[in-house]
Amino acid sequence: MIASERELPGLMSGFVATVKRDLLLAWKRPGDVLNPVVFFAVVSTLFPLATGPSPEQLEFSGPGVLWVAALLATLLSLNGLFLADYEDGSLDQFVVSPQPLPMLALAKALAHWLTSGVPLLLVSPLVAVSFRMPAEAIGALIVTLLFGTISLGLVGSIGAALTVGLHRGTVLLSLLILPLAMPILILGARTVSLAATNETYSAGIYFLAAYAVAALVLAPFAAAAALRISYE
Amino acid sequence: MWKYLHKMTSPPHFYRLARVLIPWLVLPGALLIAYGAYAGLFVAPSDYQQGDAFRIIYVHVPSAYLSMMAYMIMAGSAGIGLIWRIKLAHAVAAGAAPIGASFTFLALVTGAIWGRPMWGTWWEWGDPRLTSELILLFLYFGYMALRSAIDDTSKADKASAVLAMVGAINVPIIHFSVEWWSSLHQGPTLVRQGGPAIENDMLYPLLAMIVGFTLVFAALLLRRVRAEVLYRERRTHWVRELILLPRGDG
Repeated sequence: MIASERELPGLMSGFVATVKRDLLLAWKRPGDVLNPVVFFAVVSTLFPLATGPSPEQLEFSGPGVLWVAALLATLLSLNGLFLADYEDGSLDQFVVSPQPLPMLALAKALAHWLTSGVPLLLVSPLVAVSFRMPAEAIGALIVTLLFGTISLGLVGSIGAALTVGLHRGTVLLSLLILPLAMPILILGARTVSLAATNETYSAGIYFLAAYAVAALVLAPFAAAAALRISYE
Repeated sequence: MWKYLHKMTSPPHFYRLARVLIPWLVLPGALLIAYGAYAGLFVAPSDYQQGDAFRIIYVHVPSAYLSMMAYMIMAGSAGIGLIWRIKLAHAVAAGAAPIGASFTFLALVTGAIWGRPMWGTWWEWGDPRLTSELILLFLYFGYMALRSAIDDTSKADKASAVLAMVGAINVPIIHFSVEWWSSLHQGPTLVRQGGPAIENDMLYPLLAMIVGFTLVFAALLLRRVRAEVLYRERRTHWVRELILLPRGDG
């Protein structure tokens, strides 16, 4: 009787609180947000330096290079998704809390996307211009990266949950996630190259959007199961 | 029914049953492979386009088929182990991974050797099936790496089971996306409308090889799972008895 009169936290309250907390933490330590973006820019710079500055080469390889750089930058930031929470014990509280764990995993992934995916989206047009990408292709790049970073973050959250608390988790995480991320890379990079050569490219965008929706529905449950296993 | 299933999945029972089954799989498997190898290499006529180079299909096709079959067995038994908490199923998943990775590697190597005379190159990125097969190999490596990174067996079982199931959902997506990406490979020969597009002299050795490889794969799997069960149950009574009282059935 007493419990029913007290205001019990609803489904969204834990979700919103987790997102707010993670955003606040990111705000207090801006370096963690900037590092993947700088990494993205640096890796994109490596390719022209390695292959030479000829314009044809840059136009041809631009979409692939940007997508590989974005994939690696996302992967780099994913390693820390649950790490700080694991070290300070917050993750224990997540696992034992009455809030559904998939919801909290989704909140972590959303906050991660807002602090790593969105900055990447904002910087990508600048790097794309340096690769002489036409405006049409830059639009396609932003849309594919939008869906691509959402999917990568969600699929990556499963890998991060599986490897949390393991020694030498970084390389292992890459080994687990990269094969799973290959369809996203193929669809993203190919769509941008099709857009750059003025061909129809909507099919890839639809497919990436479908992938993102499927990941949004399924990945939090897999990540929650993985977190519980890591915590046995 | 449930009682029977429970008995089947008990490690000591499996251990004894597998020992009886293995020779019954190896013998017909070896006979079929011997027939398939002889008929495939000497009896089957040369291909009018590919000459004698096509004969590598007698190894390539069974390996490629088993590489995917092993992944399905691995992911399927990992899921069964995770959902119904059957320890034996986890042992099967653990045993299937290295065998599947080996067949994937064999399919890649034979594919590259076949590609050399056919496409003029060892590796053709434009071929979707070769590329998906390579990604499949990476999936196996990831699975085995995760398993070996976790010391606790039961935790390693569950964590790798989650990964195997996520991978199983991704395999068709990988296949589709690579297919969409580009295509150079010759179309399907065996399974298609209007019957196989292959002569009987070529077909029968291939079917014999496929069945023979599958039987040998099953035997290898049982052998690995047997070793896995023995290791996992090393602290139990029945294993101690088995080792201390050798009666020639171990």
